[in-house]
Amino acid sequence: MSVAGTLETLTFGQAVKAAIAEEMRRDERVVLLGEDVAHHGGMFQVTKGLIDEFGDERVLDTPISESGFIGMALGAALTGLRPVVELMFFDFSLVAMDQLFNQLAKTTAMSGGLPVPLVIRTQGGGYKGAAAQHSQMLEALFLHMPGLKVVAPSSPADAHGLLLSAIRDDNPVFFIEHKQLYAASGPVALGAEQPIGKAHVAREGSDVTIASYSYTLQQALQAADLLAADGVEAEVVDIRTLNPLDLDAVGASLCKTHHLVIAHEAHARCGFGADLAAQVQEKYFDELDAPVLRLCAADVPVPFAKNLEDAVLPSPDKIKSRVLECLGK
Amino acid sequence: MPPAKKPRSQLTRDDLLGLYRQIVLMMRFEERLLAESQAGNLRGSLHLAKGQEALPAGAGKALRPDDYLTMTYRGHGYALAKGVDLGRMAAEILGRRDGLCGGQGGKMHLFDPAHGLLGANGIVAGGIPTAVGAAWSSQHQGLGRVALTVFGDGAVNQGVAMESFNMAAVWKLPVIFLCENNLYAEMTPLGRSTAETDLAHRFAGFGMTTATFDGNDVLEVYDQVALAAAACRAGKGPVFLQAMTYRTCGHYQLDPGLGYRTKEEVAEWEAKSPAHRYAGWLTKEKHTDKAGLAKLESEALAAVDQAFSFALASPEPPVDKMLAGVFV
Repeated sequence: MSVAGTLETLTFGQAVKAAIAEEMRRDERVVLLGEDVAHHGGMFQVTKGLIDEFGDERVLDTPISESGFIGMALGAALTGLRPVVELMFFDFSLVAMDQLFNQLAKTTAMSGGLPVPLVIRTQGGGYKGAAAQHSQMLEALFLHMPGLKVVAPSSPADAHGLLLSAIRDDNPVFFIEHKQLYAASGPVALGAEQPIGKAHVAREGSDVTIASYSYTLQQALQAADLLAADGVEAEVVDIRTLNPLDLDAVGASLCKTHHLVIAHEAHARCGFGADLAAQVQEKYFDELDAPVLRLCAADVPVPFAKNLEDAVLPSPDKIKSRVLECLGK
Repeated sequence: MPPAKKPRSQLTRDDLLGLYRQIVLMMRFEERLLAESQAGNLRGSLHLAKGQEALPAGAGKALRPDDYLTMTYRGHGYALAKGVDLGRMAAEILGRRDGLCGGQGGKMHLFDPAHGLLGANGIVAGGIPTAVGAAWSSQHQGLGRVALTVFGDGAVNQGVAMESFNMAAVWKLPVIFLCENNLYAEMTPLGRSTAETDLAHRFAGFGMTTATFDGNDVLEVYDQVALAAAACRAGKGPVFLQAMTYRTCGHYQLDPGLGYRTKEEVAEWEAKSPAHRYAGWLTKEKHTDKAGLAKLESEALAAVDQAFSFALASPEPPVDKMLAGVFV
């Protein structure tokens, strides 16, 4: 058993599980539910073994009824529990739009301030040949709708620390994992919360700012290495929490570099990058020496064949090219 | 073995008169809402439940104060029967500062967790899984509370309703699915949208206890909900209740309710109105007389007047607090 306060090397998936287990030990109100989360341990084995420690009253396999069990979690959150829901694929959120947006996201506002302590964890993204209905990054939908905090970590340490914060939060938090990140490992300070609403500089640089999150952040760091070999020093800002947004962290970097590229795996149209670019030009227009550029998935459904998928999704090389374009090189 | 006594046999004379008062309170409250709407004091559409008053009165009496409730936009009577403060409810419906939700919810989104009310809902069937979650929470924490969720016959063709029935049945959750079958989903008769119109028969296949009964008979409503609540508390799992009733007004305040129904049909149900029937029974059984009924009616009217005086005196809600953000 992992012990809070120690530093361990964990995979992203292990870091998520350690956060859930820590909170379930600390607070008996925390319960876990979702498709295949209990006996099977989750599609990506993130919750494997939790049923052995916490029992089937706190770790619940649900029917394949996303609307039903998300609505059920809302009812539980309003009556004394703190549910952590696993939504097996980000894509399946589209099955449950009414419960997510008309019910869950609006309850606090409609009721005049009732707390809704609930976390929905999901995993999204491509690169696995999972095609159009199992590869999406749909965070823009969740950012458009007021009422949900939206978190998208890129490292095991952040996954752990931000999930601790999410479970302790009295607001609904939508927690986005990426299937490409689960096997990545790194140091994790067990039990150390990371605050929701704070970006951080993942790599320092002086020539250009790359703002990113989730798996694309790791690609941005690789792009920065490639750029360094060409004599360009990129600063990489990990947004981490998309709502609330730490705009000032992006602004502070921009005041150094005066160039901004936003990289994410979601589609470009009306995506997070479009919103961030708008907010940046509204507040930091005088700091910009070039137009803000975006590097996003092409605006087509994620295709199946490898060469087609590669053509649609971001890569370190594509990010590098976009950065050079931003710098006029 | 003699047949078990019906739950109603436990009701005292005060209880019986209280049920009548509750029916009349709901009628006077809704009549006042309509008047405020026509006077321009009430924004948006207004969905009244004229003719269906026995259901909230009977169900509310059969529940404990700490039991949970989710309901529809036609649920004013349930909130009242659950003990929600009349003045704060009126204030919410009028969009005032002292409303249940500070004016942010309005009539379709009444919340009052102190009385177990976990939300009225503007989305048909939208609050059904919330009740299932509250029932799960009660079971999990050993609270002994039941959740009742009320919806119309139109709601049963929403997927989330059936997802909820299944989850409640598979986990034997203490939830009562109270379906007010008033024969029309908004303006469409049930038979035009639904092949199996006996909804109790249809949903028995989910592994739930089901029952069909006269929803305009307040004592029958009380019996059925009390039995269902007892079964839930005994761990026997969910109950689906099909209450046969009829909305003698339109779907909302601007719908005369006659485009899709005949005057004769409406008149036939008006003659079976819960207040009329129950008043007749109370006097026939000599629990009270005409003067006694009149006293209950004037008490209800006075309570409604007092509630609206409070609501109309309440100021508009402050804008700053609302704009400060959606998070707690």
